[in-house]
Amino acid sequence: MSVSELFVRLHGSLSADQDIREEIRKVVQSLEQTAREILTLLQGVHQGFGLKDIPQKCLKAREHFCTVRTQLASLKTKFPVDQYYKFHEHWRFVLQRLVFLAAFLVYLESETLVTREATTEILGIEADRERGFHLDIEDYLSGILTLANELSRLAVNSVTAGDYTRPLRISTFINELDSGFRLLNLKNDSLRKRYDGLKYDVKKIEEVVYDLSIRGLCKEAPAAVTGDS
Amino acid sequence: MTLFVFKSFQRDLDTRHDKYERLVKLGRDITIESKRTIFLLHRITSSPNKEEILTESESKLDVVRQKIKQIAQELVGEDMYRYHRAFTPGLQEYVEAITFQYFIKTRNLMSIEEINKQLIFSSEDELKELKAISPHSPEKPSSDLREKQQHHWSLQVTPVDYLLGVADLTGELMRMCIGGIGNGDIEIPFELSQFLRQIYDGFSYIGNTGPYEISKKLYTLKQSLSKVENACYTLKVRGSEIPKHMLADVFDAKAEIIEQVESIS
Repeated sequence: MSVSELFVRLHGSLSADQDIREEIRKVVQSLEQTAREILTLLQGVHQGFGLKDIPQKCLKAREHFCTVRTQLASLKTKFPVDQYYKFHEHWRFVLQRLVFLAAFLVYLESETLVTREATTEILGIEADRERGFHLDIEDYLSGILTLANELSRLAVNSVTAGDYTRPLRISTFINELDSGFRLLNLKNDSLRKRYDGLKYDVKKIEEVVYDLSIRGLCKEAPAAVTGDS
Repeated sequence: MTLFVFKSFQRDLDTRHDKYERLVKLGRDITIESKRTIFLLHRITSSPNKEEILTESESKLDVVRQKIKQIAQELVGEDMYRYHRAFTPGLQEYVEAITFQYFIKTRNLMSIEEINKQLIFSSEDELKELKAISPHSPEKPSSDLREKQQHHWSLQVTPVDYLLGVADLTGELMRMCIGGIGNGDIEIPFELSQFLRQIYDGFSYIGNTGPYEISKKLYTLKQSLSKVENACYTLKVRGSEIPKHMLADVFDAKAEIIEQVESIS
């Protein structure tokens, strides 16, 4: 075979890959759009009055996740199943963001940590690699770390809104998360970098709890303000 | 509850990282052994017994292929692209070595299909080897071996790995060209310049379809090509005037001029 023939064939396979990338990019863009909408919606809880109608916000967010599911379903069809990691970096960021949003939603609803399986269910994807489009552990953990950051902010804002008990519950939650992450032997990668930020979130929440307890504010539970239950 | 879940994450991440480390190590071994093969092949221009060096390089490449087989075994049931970064430099170096050897043998470019054909391993090969060692082995172990016979491993070089390897090959060819002239071989530059031009045209055809690394290599490729082309030029213009044993000196001076020009531009 001549050299030029060889290169023509290589060009064929390279440009086929490029077409796939193009398709993926389009779907990922619409996913990012939906993710932004959900984020805007859930971020309402940081406002004083937002804390009161958390259940309603959660319901609306759940509706948006239907769109996410259809969008992810169409993303699945854009590339061969066994080449997940070839194109992984294209949707890595948005998937981490979606994990965060799902985890935030579940936290607001039930104040528990969403499991990886539950996340995949919310997003309409698979839990194991063998079964197709799945959620990588590292992406899941990254999303959870974003949640920790968001909750440290929520702790501050709920005090401003007059909800003095929420920071205590957030503190327990984050501490549990922190001890979980301590179990992992992380490599020097992006996940490790994000994990290094967790201690600042823990510290922030501890400060809030400290401020509340030296003023004796966390004992009197103002039942009127707690939005959930 | 949370701790229990994170324990399982710890297990999964640790196995993944361990596997990655093992693959990096195999990749490094492949790189080193391929580089040595290339050095060996460069000695061919000055050596009287070409065949001997070619057989030696073949056995070196066999060692490399055994390492690639180990990578393939590590990757059974895995997504190759998840770990691709661990061993891609090694594969590129292997492509460079094997295409170089192929060029010396046939004066042509080895295709990616031919490379990949050699990277399909089956346990049948092992079976043959074992039989050769002990032809009269008792029946019992042979049935075990027959079970193993089913296993096939393969590691396929991706088009990008291949292209990057071929781009590195051109650098070796340039060295071979200049080295050849030093030894008084005045045919080789013309042959090589033609071959390099074909490869350069091929890369220009691909242009920026591929990833960024390929376009980066294109620049170095152009430099190699112009060095060889300039060598051809000098040979044509002055080859008739200069005695063969002085050619090397002329090219030393020429090389300096080229470098100076490059540093200015």
